[in-house]
Amino acid sequence: MRELIPQASFFTQVMNQGILGHYVATASLATGVYETLNNFSAVPPEHPTVFEYFRKDLNRPPSDAWVVAPSNGFNRIGESEYRSYGSGLGARVVLPKHLLSAATSGGNTDYEHLLHDSYENPLYTPQLAGGEFELQQLEMILKLSVDDFKAHALTASSPDELSMYIVRRLMQQQSPSLLWITMHDIDIAHAGAYSLYVDAIRRTDRLCSELWKAVQSEPEYAGNTTLFILPDFGRDADEDAGGNGFQHHRTGDAASRTTWMLAMGAGVREGVVYDSPMQSIDLVPTLGAIMGFSASQSQGKPVRELV
Amino acid sequence: MFPRDLKAEQFDGYPPEARKLAVAHLSALQQLPLSFAPSLLREVIDYDYRFPAERASLDQELSHLSALSPAQMQEWFQAFAQFPLSSKLEHFDWVNQPGQFVEQLSAYLWSTHQLDDFRKAATAYGDRLRSAVPPDPPAGRRLGIAVIGQGVASYHAPLFGNLRPHGTYFGSVKPDSGLELLLAGAAARAKAQPVLYGHWYVDGGQEAEHNPILTCISYQRLEPLRAALLKNVNLEIARPGMGPEELRTHLARLTPSDLGMDKAGDAVLDRFQMKLFTEGSGTQIFSTTFAQWTAREALRRAQPMTLLVRFAPRQQQKPMNEMLSNASSRPDLDPTGSLIDAEMGAYYHWINQQRLPGSEQSSFLVWFEGHNQALVIAPSLPRGSASSSAMDLGQLLVLAAG
Repeated sequence: MRELIPQASFFTQVMNQGILGHYVATASLATGVYETLNNFSAVPPEHPTVFEYFRKDLNRPPSDAWVVAPSNGFNRIGESEYRSYGSGLGARVVLPKHLLSAATSGGNTDYEHLLHDSYENPLYTPQLAGGEFELQQLEMILKLSVDDFKAHALTASSPDELSMYIVRRLMQQQSPSLLWITMHDIDIAHAGAYSLYVDAIRRTDRLCSELWKAVQSEPEYAGNTTLFILPDFGRDADEDAGGNGFQHHRTGDAASRTTWMLAMGAGVREGVVYDSPMQSIDLVPTLGAIMGFSASQSQGKPVRELV
Repeated sequence: MFPRDLKAEQFDGYPPEARKLAVAHLSALQQLPLSFAPSLLREVIDYDYRFPAERASLDQELSHLSALSPAQMQEWFQAFAQFPLSSKLEHFDWVNQPGQFVEQLSAYLWSTHQLDDFRKAATAYGDRLRSAVPPDPPAGRRLGIAVIGQGVASYHAPLFGNLRPHGTYFGSVKPDSGLELLLAGAAARAKAQPVLYGHWYVDGGQEAEHNPILTCISYQRLEPLRAALLKNVNLEIARPGMGPEELRTHLARLTPSDLGMDKAGDAVLDRFQMKLFTEGSGTQIFSTTFAQWTAREALRRAQPMTLLVRFAPRQQQKPMNEMLSNASSRPDLDPTGSLIDAEMGAYYHWINQQRLPGSEQSSFLVWFEGHNQALVIAPSLPRGSASSSAMDLGQLLVLAAG
């Protein structure tokens, strides 16, 4: 971030007033409404997603909006069931772990470090699904053979590194105008080992920098891309007796509800820090104002400094 | 059902002491709003397995509520009575399953955006109760000791960064017999101030030789319990329809005997130890998390006078399934990562200690095991300073005791 912040507009007070679970909070980010769905269920968001607004208003094809997401549940993040939006209007979703699970046909010994799905309940590790559909995604969309994918996966040290590889393939093969990536390695915090949490933060930090470099190196993206980076929420404060510091996000205290956002690239002022508060649900209407679609059901408002 | 409908016989399923307590305070319980009563019953139902400090605190709270007039009760709980609850919650068997009710209440408050207001009401109630019934001061000065970095030959980054502003850093410590001196110091305190569950030694690995006067919990000694729990969990998650919430409910219902703990053991400590694994997150796989969480829970619940926590190297990170299967009897260790975990664990140890009564007089010592670095926080020592005095751990303990 030290590298990126000087090139960016940085917002220091992003408030999340919704439910602090990763799937439901990501769904809220994607709809601009504080969703109330069950965090542990694979259900679609209740309100239209940014992908539906984008595709419907701008009449974009399915290949123009993609999500790369980490885990079970997130496979429904691409579109809502909202009347007049919903089916067929959302983003296509890639779950890299499902791709890998399908590619390795269950013989996952060398790849298990890339397949872990949920840290929020360390004791509960559901089986990953992955089959014909995922194999087709590999070949038809990412233009990757199973062997090449497996060979590359062996060089990745974490699930998010695998996700970033998929992102680069998507950028090269599909060049979507709207690409949403959710990273999850940092959630190792729930296991309570601070060193692993810090390692994951550093890895994510590096991957964000690499993503920006990838944007600069791809002709379809260089010079005309805006990148937004933000956590879905914070973590419990060390001082809050109801929590256990960095380990969780259960108390709903100010630290767990407050985070930041970095915006950079096309149309964004460089090297500016904004301390004025914004809501995490302001992201979607802000994207709408920048890209030219109307986030009509969103309860947030466009961030003045970005539009 | 609402609390106003409570009857004495509804507590027949409670353990004996808990039942006696609930029935003795039935009138007060009947006047509580539904958004609050199950939280209190969650404490009451476990009364038989609570530490003395917890029992005293619960006795005082219930006695105080019983002494309030109906008008005062209404005023005290007005904020809680404002929360509309779902009919599902109203029909829940919250008398016999108060813990599960509280979990569902929490999910409901999050989803209806009432959590922040509930949090405010709960904080205000806690403050008011503490002011009406101040907690008993400790019998003497509290002492926390954290021993970190076992197995690390050298480490060059600065240590104790979070704690340095609060105490004095010692960079020329004589490490010889350090652990023995600290354990002897803890035992001496236990002899001088004999309090049930008042002096603890927690080890994240194999416990060192120590005086049995100390309440001792170690990761190694609890290996059979940990293995039994992981086996139980692996069986459960294979069942159809099992999800994270169902698993949590299952874990909440487990008893020590379900996991093969000896019925002749210390019922209070057995239940505490079981909950370290069923309620803690990551305690089942990382010994550093276990040590940190045990310290946190011991301080929160037993409020010990002395708590010595020694961290040990945890296993290296591996795929979660592999760690949960507990298949490897000799996993590869990560000593340096464990030192970083433990350094943060020591900081949280001190924070949790400072939440207890008598915090202004309490002391804390953290030592990099086998090395010459330590830090002492004590009322008599300057903050944010450093000393080059060559002292052993026994002498540092004397300084901490001030």
